[in-house]
This record gives sequence, C-alpha cells and structure tokens, in this order.
Amino acid sequence: MRILIIEDDKEAAAYMVKGLSEHGHVADHVRDAETGMIMAESVYDVIVLDRMLPGMDGLQAAQRLRAEGLGTPILFLSALGEVDDRVLGLRAGGDDYLVKPFAFSELLARLEALARRRGEEPKTEICVGDLEIHLLSRRVTRSGQRIDLQPREFKLLEYLARNADRVVTRTMLLENVWEYNFDPQTNVIDVHVSRLRSKIDKGFELPLLHTVRGAGYRLSDKG
Amino acid sequence: MQGLKKLVRSTAFRLAIFYLLIFGCSSAVLLGFVFWRSASFTAEQIDQTISAEVQGLHERYRLLGIPGLTQVVNERSRRQGQSLYHLINRQGRRIAGNVDSWPKSETSNQGWMDFNYKHQVGDVIETRRARGREIEIAGGYRLLVGRDVQQRVELVELIQSAFWWAGFGILALGLLGGLFIGRQMLRRIDSMAAASAHIMAGHLTHRVPQDGSGDELDRLAVSLNAMLDRIESLMNAVRQVSDNIAHDLRTPLNRLRTRAEVTLMGEPDLASCKEALEKNLEEADALLGTFNALLDIARLEGSASGPRDPVNLGEIVADVADLYEPVAEDAQISLAVIPAGNPIVAVGDRRLLSQALANLVDNAIKYTEPGGRVWLSAERREKHAVLTVGDTGPGVPESDRDRIFDRFVRLDSDRGKPGNGLGLSLVRAVAVMHSAELRVEDGNPGLVVSMALTAVEHS
Repeated sequence: MRILIIEDDKEAAAYMVKGLSEHGHVADHVRDAETGMIMAESVYDVIVLDRMLPGMDGLQAAQRLRAEGLGTPILFLSALGEVDDRVLGLRAGGDDYLVKPFAFSELLARLEALARRRGEEPKTEICVGDLEIHLLSRRVTRSGQRIDLQPREFKLLEYLARNADRVVTRTMLLENVWEYNFDPQTNVIDVHVSRLRSKIDKGFELPLLHTVRGAGYRLSDKG
Repeated sequence: MQGLKKLVRSTAFRLAIFYLLIFGCSSAVLLGFVFWRSASFTAEQIDQTISAEVQGLHERYRLLGIPGLTQVVNERSRRQGQSLYHLINRQGRRIAGNVDSWPKSETSNQGWMDFNYKHQVGDVIETRRARGREIEIAGGYRLLVGRDVQQRVELVELIQSAFWWAGFGILALGLLGGLFIGRQMLRRIDSMAAASAHIMAGHLTHRVPQDGSGDELDRLAVSLNAMLDRIESLMNAVRQVSDNIAHDLRTPLNRLRTRAEVTLMGEPDLASCKEALEKNLEEADALLGTFNALLDIARLEGSASGPRDPVNLGEIVADVADLYEPVAEDAQISLAVIPAGNPIVAVGDRRLLSQALANLVDNAIKYTEPGGRVWLSAERREKHAVLTVGDTGPGVPESDRDRIFDRFVRLDSDRGKPGNGLGLSLVRAVAVMHSAELRVEDGNPGLVVSMALTAVEHS
C-alpha cells in the first residue's frame, strides 16, 4: 500500500519509511501540514499524521482534509495520550490514534487494518481457508464441522477474520473486541486467543490462528 | 507619606469615605428639611398672632377712639411677655407702648418688619430681635404691634451651629474611622501579601496568618491555606513520582544500557546481537509500561475531579469478569460475579473504573492459590454503589494494608510475582478522583477490597 507520513521528526519518519518498505509498502514523508495537504490529493491508501507540527497542527490539517472531501483513512500519531486527546483526534476526522512511543509492529498492524477497512464491502460471510464465519447467524464451521463459540469468542474471531492474513496486535483486540483502551497488567488477551485457538484449530492439521512474536496474532491459512 | 498614600488608595478607606458622603448628604437633607419646616411654622404662627392682635386693637380704636386704644396698649404693655407695642401720634411722639423708639425698619412688606429694639432688665440694656407690623390709624397715629423673637433667633442660631458642628464631627469621625479601618485592613492584607511572598520565595510549608475571627479576610485566609495545602500535596506527589522514577526506572535502564554495551564488546556475532536486541525490546516495553502507569497515576492525582456521568457498575463488573474469566480458569481459580438484583448506577468514568477493577481482579487472581476463589460484585449500600473484589488468597497483614496502595510497594512475599507495583496505586488514584472510599478488609481467609462510589438512582 501507499502511505503518506506527515511528521516533523525526521529520524522517526526515516525509521517508519524504512520499516514500511521492508514490509513491501511505499511510504512518502513530508515534514509539515501544508505540503502534506497538497500531497494528500494523490492516491494514498492511508495517511499517518502527527498531531504536533510546525505551523498548522495535525488536528486542523485533518479537519481541512475532511472538509475538502478526502476519504483516505488518517492515523494520528501523538505524544498526548489522554482519553480526551484521543477523542479530539477522532472527532477531527482521524480514524485511529496511536500514542508515542509505539511499537513499529503496532503502527504497521493498524495501518494495514485501516487500509483494508476502506475498500471493504459489507459481508455476511467470511472464509479463511476451510473456516467459515456466518456473520448474521453467528455460526462458525470448519471443514463443515460446527464450532460452538461464546459471544465474546465470536467477536474476537470476527475481528481476526476481518483482518485475515494481517497482524492484529493485543491493543487492537482490546480496543475493538473489549472496547478498553488500557493495558491490563496480565496478558489476558493471550489466554482468550489460546482458548479460541483450541476451539478452531484443535483436531485440524493446518493451524489458522498464529502468534506473531513481539507483535500479536494473525488468522491465516497461508501459514 | 508613602503609607498614607497607600492607605488613601485602599478599598476600605474609599468605601468609608463613600459611605460617609452618602450618610452626610442624607442627614443634611433630613436635618435641613426639619429645620426649615419648624422655622417657617413658628414664623407663620407669630405672624398670625400679630395679625390677630392688630385686628383686635384696630377694632378697639373704632369703638373707643384713640383714648381707648391708648388705654389698652398701656395695659398690655405692662404685662410681662413677649408682646411689643408702640403707639405714636402725628408728631411721632410715643403715647403708649413698651418700645423706646420707633424702630428703624430693615424691610417692610405691607407693614411687616423685622427690627431690633432695646430692652432693659435691671441695669442692663440689651438689644433684642423682634418682628412686628405697623398700621396707620386715622389722623397720623401709627401703631406697631410686635413680638420678641430673640429666643427664636437664638434657637435657630443654636440649631444652625449644632448643625455645623455635627456636620464637622461626622466628617472628622468618618475620615478618622475610614483611615482606621483602612489601616486595619491594610495591615492584614499586607501580612497576607508578605506571607505569599514568603511562600513564593520557596517556603512552601509557610501559611497565610488566620485570626480565627471568621470575617471575610479570615475566610479568605482559610481558603488560601486550603489551596496551599492542595498545592503542597500535589508538589509532594510530583516529587514522589520523580523519586520513584529515579529509584525504580534507573535499574532497568541501566540493564538496558549494560546489555547493549556488553553485546558490542569484542566481535559480536549476529545471533547474540539479535538476542540482546530482543531482550532490550522487551525491557523497553516493560519500562514504557511502568512509565505510562506512573503518568496515568500522576495525571489522575493532579486532575480536578472525575467526570460526572452515570455508569452502570453491573456492566463494568460483568465486562471485567468476562475479560479475566479464562485467566482465572487457567490458574484453576473459580471467578464468580455475585449478581445484584437491580442495576447499580454510580457517577464516574467507565474507563477508569474498569481499569481499577481490572487491576484488583488481576491482583486477586495473581495471589490466589489454585483451587481458590475470586469473586466480584457491584451492590448498593445506602447512598453508595460499592464495587468489591474478594479472594481466598493469603491476604495482607493488617500493618501493611495502607502501604499496599503506595507506588512501587511490593510486599516481600510478592517479589517472585510479575508486576510493577503500580496497580493498586492506580486503584487508589481512581478512588480519590471519584471521592470514593477504598477499604481493605480481611476476607477470613483472603482479602476483600471495596470501593464505595456515590450512587445515583437508576432511571
């Protein structure tokens, strides 16, 4: 995917560009909001926008871009991590909000999820390999075998499946499945995922739910 | 001089002068009105009496002629009193009356005049003030009928001078009073200003003097001191955070640094570099976690007061239980929610209360042995909506129960367990922010921690 990074910290941006290109993405970097707004008109899948920029700040830039009718997903980067700041960012037209310092894997996972969400059509059924998830009837089968899931397990699987073949971080799961934006002390998510894994992978030769070390999880039939 | 200038500029002095002016003006108007009314009333009465007498004497003349009139005038003149008479003939000679000479009129209006006359008491001759009316009786005879008004004049003068003295007295007293009050106020305000200057100079434990009188300035001093107490406790909190950072973040930072340094020594191979970097990454994440937790706590402790939205505690309990249920099951601990009959609603912040409850449940599961039990509930106790987490773990000795909420405090028995020692500090910060009462009790066995929030009626 093509990513526009609007960030005044040159070094941080250079790491982002490098990391993204190593994962097969093309990233352009600009250092101020004015240039960024001009660049944003060309075709990008997602925009990374720092909140604190020289001149026009990130919030204003996002508001202007949205006012001009730009639909490209925007991910805010900010050193301000309070709930109110997050709400302000999302209200200004941002689609996601990441507080510095962040793990690169977190940024990558969120960018991929954002880019995916854009082109998505409403689905009633998601298939990952031989795993079939019927969203309306909330029925899950693998190789035709019915799998019984608790409501929360279903929500977890649905989120993983919507982001199939992509890494999903623990924080993303907490935010989207449990609607919490704090980190519990113990890694409770791991336990939920391993329980889900035992339900969908046990007894099947090909595992679908993978742990990505240092990053999170991925639901995929491609190993 | 400088002091006087400051005094005159003081609000108290200005107020005193302002009130003095208002009081002075209104009393002047009142006194003036009373004075004018009573003076004109007595003057009118005198004039009426004189007119009546003139008429009577004129009548007498018509009936009895000059001799009759002379007789009456002489009779009346002999009476002791304030009445004055003077009857002169054509040549201007007195033929009856008790006034020595025909007075020189100062003003004459239809025969009315105010004049001075000489009055003999014993050997003393005094000049007295009078008012009278002259009329022409046929044949060049003229009659003057008057009244001695000396007493009235003296009274008026007395009242006038009293008026001036009183006015002067009011002004002087008001001015002095204003200066006095101004000085009193100024002295107290100066001492408050001196105290705040002292505090600003860094003596944070110093306080503004209170005199206990309960007046405006004293109340101001009390609230200023309360504010200073709050500032001091915040400053202490900030200082404690920086001390904590110094103590508890230096060690892992040092590990991070040493690991990088040692790995780079000699000829590092790729595998050992990778291993060291991975370890450092883990360490950095843990550090960031601690750092964020510290910031969260400091932010909560520094914030004014919590949000005031109704929150359904039952939902919070159910969600947190749902989040921790698999963890508890893995640890072979039964996690139970004690159901409340009806919705339990409190004012608060859903996210923060969830986080605090999650920390409590996290701790309870961590310290409870396999086969044990952890329970949580939301219930209504009179005016409070209470969140409770109980366990069947080893509990906390009574002497340590207050200490467990302090930052980085980990009891000796917990050293082996994971955690940064900040979980309960956050719980306490959330409780304080919600003005909630946090209680730690013996579960016999185990520990019961409860947070009593302000309940609202479910609508």
